[in-house]
Amino acid sequence: MAIRITEECIGCAACQPVCPFGAIEMREGKAYITEACTVCGACVEICPVSAIIREEETKEVAMDKNEYKDVWVYLEISDGKARNVGLELVGEGRKLADEMGQKLAGVLIGNNIEGLAKEVFAAGADMVYLAEAPEFAHYNTDGYAATFVDMIRTHKPSVILLGATNDGRDLGPRVACRIGTGLTADCTGLGIDEETGLVAWTRPAFGGNIMATILCPEHRPQMGTVRPSVFKRPVPDYSRDGEIIRVASKVNLADIRTKIIDIIHVCTASCNLEEAEIIVSGGRGLGKPENFCYVEDLANVLGAAVGASRAAVDAGWKPALHQVGQTGKTVGPKIYFACGISGAIQHLAGMSSSDVIIAINKDPDAPIFKVADYGIVGDITEVLPMMTEEFKKIKAG
Amino acid sequence: MEIVVCVKQVPDTTEVKIDPVTNTLVRQGVPSIVNPFDVNAVEEAIRLKEKHGGKVTVISMGPPQAKDALKECLAMGADAAILISDRAFGGSDTLATSYTLASAIRKLGKVDMVFFGKQAIDGDTAQVGPETAEHLGIAQVTYVAKIDVEGDVVRAQREHDDGYEIIEVKLPIAVSVVKSINEPRFPTVKGLMKANRAEIPVWTANDLVVDENRLGLKGSPTKVLKIFTPTHRTQGVIIQKDTAREAVAELFQKLSDAKII
Repeated sequence: MAIRITEECIGCAACQPVCPFGAIEMREGKAYITEACTVCGACVEICPVSAIIREEETKEVAMDKNEYKDVWVYLEISDGKARNVGLELVGEGRKLADEMGQKLAGVLIGNNIEGLAKEVFAAGADMVYLAEAPEFAHYNTDGYAATFVDMIRTHKPSVILLGATNDGRDLGPRVACRIGTGLTADCTGLGIDEETGLVAWTRPAFGGNIMATILCPEHRPQMGTVRPSVFKRPVPDYSRDGEIIRVASKVNLADIRTKIIDIIHVCTASCNLEEAEIIVSGGRGLGKPENFCYVEDLANVLGAAVGASRAAVDAGWKPALHQVGQTGKTVGPKIYFACGISGAIQHLAGMSSSDVIIAINKDPDAPIFKVADYGIVGDITEVLPMMTEEFKKIKAG
Repeated sequence: MEIVVCVKQVPDTTEVKIDPVTNTLVRQGVPSIVNPFDVNAVEEAIRLKEKHGGKVTVISMGPPQAKDALKECLAMGADAAILISDRAFGGSDTLATSYTLASAIRKLGKVDMVFFGKQAIDGDTAQVGPETAEHLGIAQVTYVAKIDVEGDVVRAQREHDDGYEIIEVKLPIAVSVVKSINEPRFPTVKGLMKANRAEIPVWTANDLVVDENRLGLKGSPTKVLKIFTPTHRTQGVIIQKDTAREAVAELFQKLSDAKII
C-alpha cells in the first residue's frame, strides 16, 4: 500500500495538520509524502480536490492462509494460578471464534498445571494445548518461545491473543518474529473487520492521544497483546468441558540461556492493581510524599490497592510497580479514586475503563474532572481523612 | 565490551494535544526528543563502558533529522553514532524495523550487548527490542532495573508484574531497561561541542545485507486500517462547596443515591 499525491494537488496544505505522523511536507507547491508515512489514510478524506489516493498493492500470497484455523489465548500463570488477563481474553476470544465460526483454544505452558484447564474451559475454551515440564516451572523466554512456536507450527492457529503484561510482552514479539508474522501491541479493542473478515486490533498510540486500528492481512497467525483489565472476566461455567491436547517439551535445560537465580515478590495486596476491585491512586497534587498516607489510609479501609501517577513515581514517592497509565499498568476496577492527579492523557489511557471514577483535586480545571463520574474540588489533606472516616462508619454500621 | 544502543527520535507525546475543533493531533510546536527510556539505555551503556572498557555505539533508524537525537547521545558520552535512513525503510512496523536494526548491528561486527529502552513513548509497543534479539539469535532480558557484568556473565534484575527476578545470562545479550535503572547524566559542554562537530554516517539499504522484501511497508505484516481520536468518558458531577465537610457529605449522598455504596 502507499499514499500517492495526484497532479490535482493545489498545494493548499489542508492535509498537513491532519497527519498524525508529520509525514506530509509541502515541496514546490505540492504535498509530498515523506518516509514517516504509515499509510494510515488519515489525510485522504480531508483533501478538497481528492488528490490523495491510498493505493492497495496486489501482493503475492506468501502463505496458504486457509490452512490456519482457530483462535488461541495464551494463559499466563503466576503462583500456580492463571492470571486474570488470560481469562479475560478467553472471554473475548470466544466472541471472535464464534464470529469466525472457529474453535477457541487456551495455551498453558508450565509445570503441574493440568488442573488449570478446567478454569479455561469454564471461561469458554473448547480445548487446551498443554505443555508441562520442570523447565517451565517459571517463565523463561527461550523455553516458552520454543514451545509456543512449536505448537503454532504444528497446529496452525489463525489468531493468537496474549496479555500485555511484562512476560506477555517479552514472549509475544519473540514468537511473532520467529514465525515472521505481525503482532499488534497493547490492544484495548478487538473486533472483526466486516470487509475482510480479519481481526481488527485497536490500540492507543501517541501516549493515548489517538487510537489506531491495525490489520494483519497476509500473515498468519494474526497476533496481538491485549491490556489487562480492559475486558471483563467471563462468569465461569463449570459445566463446560473440553479436550486437552498434550504437547511434549522439546526444550533442554541447556537451551534456556537465562537462569533465574531468585524471585523477589514485592507485590503485596496493595500493589495488585490489575486484580483490584477498588484502587486509590495519588499524584503530585498530594503536595509531598508523606501525604501518601492519606491515600493509604483510605485504601486500607476499603481493602483497595494503591496506585500512583507517573509524576508521583518519577518524583520517587512510590515505586514503579504502583504506576497507572500508558507506561505503567492498565487498570479497570469497580471504583477508581484519583487523588491529586491532574489527569494527563497518559494517565487516562491506563484507567478510563474503570466503572466509576471519583476524583479529588484542588484545581477545578484539572482534566481529571472531565472523565470523573464524581469529583470534589478541595484540599486532599482535608477531604481524604473525612472520606476515610465516612467509609469507616459505613463499614462499622 | 562492545555495546550498541538502539534509540528512537519521538515527538514528546506529553506535549501533543488534540485540536478540539478538527479532532486531529496538533504536532506543531511539539519538540522531537530522544525517547526517554532510550536515554536510560544510553546512560547504562556508558556506565558499563566506564567500568569495563570498550565502546558504545548508538544507532537509530529514522529520517535525516534523527541525527539530532544521535548527537544528544554522543554529547552524553557515546563513542560513535550511525543513522540508518532510507526511504525504503518508510512505513516499517516492528518486524521490519527490528529486521533493519539487526542487519545494521550485524554489520558492526562483534557485539556483546544491545540496549533498548523498554518502549518508545509514541508507539508504546515494546516489541522492537525482543524482535531485534530474535533476528540476531541472542538471549534477551527485558524490563531491567539493575545490571552487573562480570567477565562474560551478566546478572540482571528484571521487573515483572509481581516484583523482580534476578537473572543470570551469558553475553551476548539484548537488554531493555526501565526508567528506575539510573538517573541519566546531563551532557557536558565539552561533550556538546564534540557532538556538534561529529559527522554522523548514514547507512542506507544499500549499505546493509538485506532482503528488500523485508523492509519498510513491504516487509511489514501489520497495516494501519484507520486512525481516530478516542472517545472520552463524559463528565459527571463535580462538587464544589465552601467546606470540605459539606463536599464530602454531598459526595456520600450521591454515591448512596447511585447505589455505589
